[in-house]
Amino acid sequence: MAVKKLPIAKAINESLRTALENDPKVLIMGEDVGQLGGVFRVTDGLFKDFGEGRVIDTPLAESGIVGTAIGLALRGYRPVVEIQFDGFVFPAYDQIVTQLAKMHARSLGKIKLPVVIRIPYGGGIGAVEHHSESPEALFAHVAGLKVVSPSNASDAYWMMQQAIQGDDPVIYFEPKRRYWDKSDVDFDAIPAPLHKARVAREGTDLTLAAYGPMVKVCLEAAAAAAEEGRSVEVVDLRSMSPIDFDALQTSVEKTRRLVVVHEAPVFYGAGAEIAARITERCFYHLEAPVLRVGGYHAPYPPARLEEEYLPGLDRVLDAVDRSLAY
Amino acid sequence: MTVDSTAARKPRRSSGASGAAAKRAGTKKAATKAPDEPQLVQLLTPEGERVTHPDYEIDLSADELRGLYRDMVLTRRFDAEATSLQRQGELGLWASLLGQEAAQIGSGRALRDDDYVFPTYREHGVAWCRGVDPTNLLGMFRGVNHGGWDPNSNNFHLYTIVIGSQTLHATGYAMGVAKDGADSAVIAYFGDGASSQGDVAESFTFSAVYNAPVVFFCQNNQWAISEPTEKQMRVPLYQRAQGFGFPGVRVDGNDVLACLAVTKAALERARRGEGPTLVEAFTYRMGAHTTTDDPTRYRADEEREAWEAKDPILRVRTYMEKEGLADAAFFEEIEAESEALGKRVREAVRSMPDPDTMAIFENVYADGHALVDEERAQFAAYQASFAEEGK
Ligand SMILES: Cc1ncc(C[n+]2csc(CCOP(=O)(O)OP(=O)(O)O)c2C)c(N)n1
Repeated sequence: MAVKKLPIAKAINESLRTALENDPKVLIMGEDVGQLGGVFRVTDGLFKDFGEGRVIDTPLAESGIVGTAIGLALRGYRPVVEIQFDGFVFPAYDQIVTQLAKMHARSLGKIKLPVVIRIPYGGGIGAVEHHSESPEALFAHVAGLKVVSPSNASDAYWMMQQAIQGDDPVIYFEPKRRYWDKSDVDFDAIPAPLHKARVAREGTDLTLAAYGPMVKVCLEAAAAAAEEGRSVEVVDLRSMSPIDFDALQTSVEKTRRLVVVHEAPVFYGAGAEIAARITERCFYHLEAPVLRVGGYHAPYPPARLEEEYLPGLDRVLDAVDRSLAY
Repeated sequence: MTVDSTAARKPRRSSGASGAAAKRAGTKKAATKAPDEPQLVQLLTPEGERVTHPDYEIDLSADELRGLYRDMVLTRRFDAEATSLQRQGELGLWASLLGQEAAQIGSGRALRDDDYVFPTYREHGVAWCRGVDPTNLLGMFRGVNHGGWDPNSNNFHLYTIVIGSQTLHATGYAMGVAKDGADSAVIAYFGDGASSQGDVAESFTFSAVYNAPVVFFCQNNQWAISEPTEKQMRVPLYQRAQGFGFPGVRVDGNDVLACLAVTKAALERARRGEGPTLVEAFTYRMGAHTTTDDPTRYRADEEREAWEAKDPILRVRTYMEKEGLADAAFFEEIEAESEALGKRVREAVRSMPDPDTMAIFENVYADGHALVDEERAQFAAYQASFAEEGK
């Protein structure tokens, strides 16, 4: 019955610690992950306890980090690499997309690449440019990669365990502005499968679908809507590749309305995929078109404008109103 | 104490700053070699003693020397002001250059107006030399813009946060300069950590192959956030150039005279069509990496103390005082100017307006884009709906 209330960052830290303890092949790699414990302290204390052979401060070179992680995985290791911020994954994008994603298929299944790439992502922390982006669609679009994002400490812990234990490359997006949000982690739980969506709040009038940092906003929106007599269901997708469309379909068949919320730009974003699939699956159930709330087709703005740019309570509720008005 | 030797391949001597022909004042001593110290070009010791170097000499008037001192003091003051503005919540972040003033002012003052600079995010002293108003540098750290100055008005490119990217831009720009038959040079700044990036290696490759008139100016401040240089490389940084086919030189990055002389020589070499040079300014990041960093987690205090003894500003002052190159009135004047700068920066930042919300949609494309227009209109209507409700 070991249940602990932990912030998300600490839950990931605990999860990495567990993985290092349980499997000598697990390695932690990245810039500043050792002595410093990472710029967000997610790897805090691991270097001290497991040493530089397991927790590796790498040179400042993302292509190098991912490329060597691929090589280590080929040799039987299970590297968990940290990309310091979302906008800095692109020097590694080539290795991730052209190599990591495709080697399993190219080897006719002979090669497995259990590499986990941790990326703190999203805005809301008042950072300078390249520190607030949500590039998940760019990875979900690539076959061979799995893409997930926890929204609470329990998922942060368990999804990391599952990502490390799985044999596919996983891009593990960490909602950096929620790092310090606390919730219960049950260390004895039997966790839901990695790609299973979760109904975070039950409702009957409309479904809000979100993942990572936007789950909290959607829960707040549902609470606000309840005060106006509207029953909003919130589905935490947890995984962006694959997406648990069955769970979403079940919810939408009940509520008949869907609004998808993410920080990433709406244009070609995860919401577009979800809207298309749910429209196909639930065409005769829908009372309104699937609506999307997200970022604009513009670079992530300077910090003083991010509150206008990021979907907040008002924009989500506005979409709820629009959907219910059909 | 002083160290002195040519680093890597000697650049060919032909004109300008290089050459032992420069006049030597009676106060200058020929430096002696101390093999245990890193090999670096030095013209002014930490004790404020003027020494000579066979390949890099400069002859500055007292006026010019006072100018360099003034640049360094004001740059440090600006930097300190920005750091405290961050502490007061006026800036979201600040990347301090404390300790790197000589590297930046020395190299920055070596440039001609028509040269082009590609900085990282820490080149506040170089910006100063280029005549960029220091308050312009603060917009991106306050979070009101992503740059905020016109790179072409001072030939000073926007700050680049993605490590190493700008070295390729500098190389390409330099290739363009050469194609145009111009005799300008280009300088790219980056850190010791950055030298691990593929982009930097590729910029070395391209600049060598195309003989681009570019100077790579690496400020080796010993740290890349928490990682010491040993976590980036196992040979002295300046030696890397050799493998790409161009010279590298290590200069005392806390010696403004040496930084000026070495950069000048490298720029002139580029102008003469002899291609790139890597300058490694061996210096130290006295403060945290940025205001969000906590160096106590990875760095010993003694290290900083040892480097404080090599302070770039102090040694110039000692030299000037010793040689009677400046009087008390001069130092008071700089002090007053420094106060005034601090005040101006403080006021400018505090009165810096937040950007208009619609700025999100501005300048996304040069020629316009239907989707941006549509989203802008939707956003405006949405914003207006609040105004309506408010009535
Ligand atoms: C591609 C990329 N990866 C990671 C970062 C995060 N980051 C910012 S500065 C920095 C260290 C840079 O060290 P160095 O190049 O030595 O320059 P310094 O800041 O010490 O002047 C890191 C890792 C980044 N900005 N870009």
